[in-house]
Amino acid sequence: MVGGYSIFLRQNIFLNGWNKAMPGRFTLEGVPEQHNFEALALPLLDQLYNFAHWLTQDRSEAEDLVQETYAKALKGFDLFQQGTNFRAWVYKILRNTFLTSRTGMRAATDQFDDEKADVILPPVKETPESLLVEKANRELLQKALAELPVPFREVVLLADVEEMSYQEIAETLGIPAGTVMSRLSRARVALRNLVRKKLEGAA
Amino acid sequence: MNCDQARAELEFYLDGELASDRTRELEGHVRACPECAGEVLRSVQWKRQVKAAGAMYSPSAEFRERMTRRLQKAPKKAWRWNWALAGACALVLAVFGFSMVRRSQERLVAEHTLSEVADLHVATLASASPVDVVSTDRHTVKPWFQGRIPFTFNLPELAGSEFSLVGGRMAYLRQAPGAELIFQIRKHQISVFIFQEHALDDGLGSLNGPSHQLTFNMNTWTQNGLRYVVVGDASGSDIASLSQLLKAAS
Repeated sequence: MVGGYSIFLRQNIFLNGWNKAMPGRFTLEGVPEQHNFEALALPLLDQLYNFAHWLTQDRSEAEDLVQETYAKALKGFDLFQQGTNFRAWVYKILRNTFLTSRTGMRAATDQFDDEKADVILPPVKETPESLLVEKANRELLQKALAELPVPFREVVLLADVEEMSYQEIAETLGIPAGTVMSRLSRARVALRNLVRKKLEGAA
Repeated sequence: MNCDQARAELEFYLDGELASDRTRELEGHVRACPECAGEVLRSVQWKRQVKAAGAMYSPSAEFRERMTRRLQKAPKKAWRWNWALAGACALVLAVFGFSMVRRSQERLVAEHTLSEVADLHVATLASASPVDVVSTDRHTVKPWFQGRIPFTFNLPELAGSEFSLVGGRMAYLRQAPGAELIFQIRKHQISVFIFQEHALDDGLGSLNGPSHQLTFNMNTWTQNGLRYVVVGDASGSDIASLSQLLKAAS
């Protein structure tokens, strides 16, 4: 039985190798593009999934979103310019796909007004900064992050979790770098205020 | 620079987006001002907390496997379901159950070995003398290992990449001697461990690809009988591109 299994495996590997060589498009180094895409895309799976789950707030929607993103990215890999930022490119695809989904349409990022968004957030209260940092636990922060409007949530995630540069964020979101800076600042203040409110509510 | 200016630019400083002359001024001010130093500390802690809270979700094993398979395969021709194939499937399923049990044991051992490697990396970071051979030149680092370990390896050309070589040291895993190379990218330290696969006594099984241990991103593979493990607090894509460079060199 075990012998049969290994023969099957070997055959499978052979078939995969053959399939990979088939598309017939080769980069200068002679590496099939298919292979290149996998090497670039696969390491991003965990991060992309995390981001997708934060956007959709649902496991199966997040899985669909990541899957669709990879499918679109593979299809459009020809259009991706080698040497430019692959990560920003894929995140952009994921985000655009999300925005055309039903959940994403409700988030309505296009009409988002940074300044008006401040209004819906609670005003700054008394908890001093030092106490805030000390008392905010992970769960509290996660709840606050989930409550942030999508445009604020995504910019905080891209900056602090993905550690993208402002330039990368700008490419991903399709907004100028200056807008990234101001939106990120507002989003961070909003996050702190939400945490503050939760701490005071709990006290 | 005064306190107000420092506070206003702190956010950009911590994001690594402040111009170098402003960075120098800000660091100068913070060294002299305990209040602002406290603020920097709190902000760093806060940023860390947000990062930890934000890395909340990870894909299920089933989904990860599905996506990996999909990415590894070129667009496929539709299967022609015939009886021979159905028979083969039944055979595979029968063996699959058996191999699952073995696979999960192998996985446990591999996970354990990986966390040992992560510990080695932490030990290096905490060490007073993290490297035994300090050199950014691969032509100095590689010969240093000659006679110290029972194998040789190739180091990648780093010119044109963001990585730099810091140095190397000896490492031991499961009593097997190996090489630890320390690289740097944007202040993140990355260790690359190289051992002889057979000397590890199946400690990592057939493990291949990226993973996490503690808060580190890792990647591992075998090549020409050598087992490579890359570990560091840099992003998954940085770890992946260093892995690519190493793979291309050997």
